[in-house]
Amino acid sequence: MAVCIPLVRVQAEDFDLAAEVERMTGGRKDVGAVVTFTGRCRDEGGRLAALELEHYPGMAEAELARIAGETAERWQLSGLTVIHRFGKINPGENIVLVVAASSHRKAALEAVDFLMDYLKSRAPFWKKEHPAGGEPGRWVEAKAADEQALERWKK
Amino acid sequence: MKLVYFAWVRERIGKEAEEIPLPGEVKTVSDLLHWLKERGDGYAAALEHPRVIRVAINQEHVDHEARLPENGEVALFPPMTGG
Repeated sequence: MAVCIPLVRVQAEDFDLAAEVERMTGGRKDVGAVVTFTGRCRDEGGRLAALELEHYPGMAEAELARIAGETAERWQLSGLTVIHRFGKINPGENIVLVVAASSHRKAALEAVDFLMDYLKSRAPFWKKEHPAGGEPGRWVEAKAADEQALERWKK
Repeated sequence: MKLVYFAWVRERIGKEAEEIPLPGEVKTVSDLLHWLKERGDGYAAALEHPRVIRVAINQEHVDHEARLPENGEVALFPPMTGG
């Protein structure tokens, strides 16, 4: 089976989950599984007013394409889409979308999990939290657990 | 060399990017981090713990032992927190 060519987008505007699934499945009868992951902005129990997502233009796209390409090599997928937003994002809004399609569920499930683990530690995006009380923003610290999550994918 | 900075590295250094001629003895990423740290208070604050700084050369991740290119773009930034 041919390796699918992933679709990667880095954008300020929101995305449409249904439209992205339709892009992958419309008119096709060979797709048996579609797995989607949507990362959203939490309000942290009312403490967070907004997130600001900084990115490295050019490298963000390139690194997501590298990670998505590796995912497509490793699992038999018929489609793979990654969309990551940047800029100011309010609680309840979307941050990131991953959609994977395959004949059988396991490939798509694992592909999305793998891609998100790598994206967390390798894609050049940084979150700054703006507290609801109006205090100065603070940069989110990377979690050691995110780095450790990559270990389970080592072949 | 073109240097670009992101997130709190950018804020502490106080600029997004700059073009700096590097002395000949600065050959690796690690050399660069230690040399830059001496350039002023902002640099010292940003690069206080050089080991935590992540680096990309021409938009690809590299480790601190990597050799610097003749020309190109070197980016310094904190561990990433996307997703």
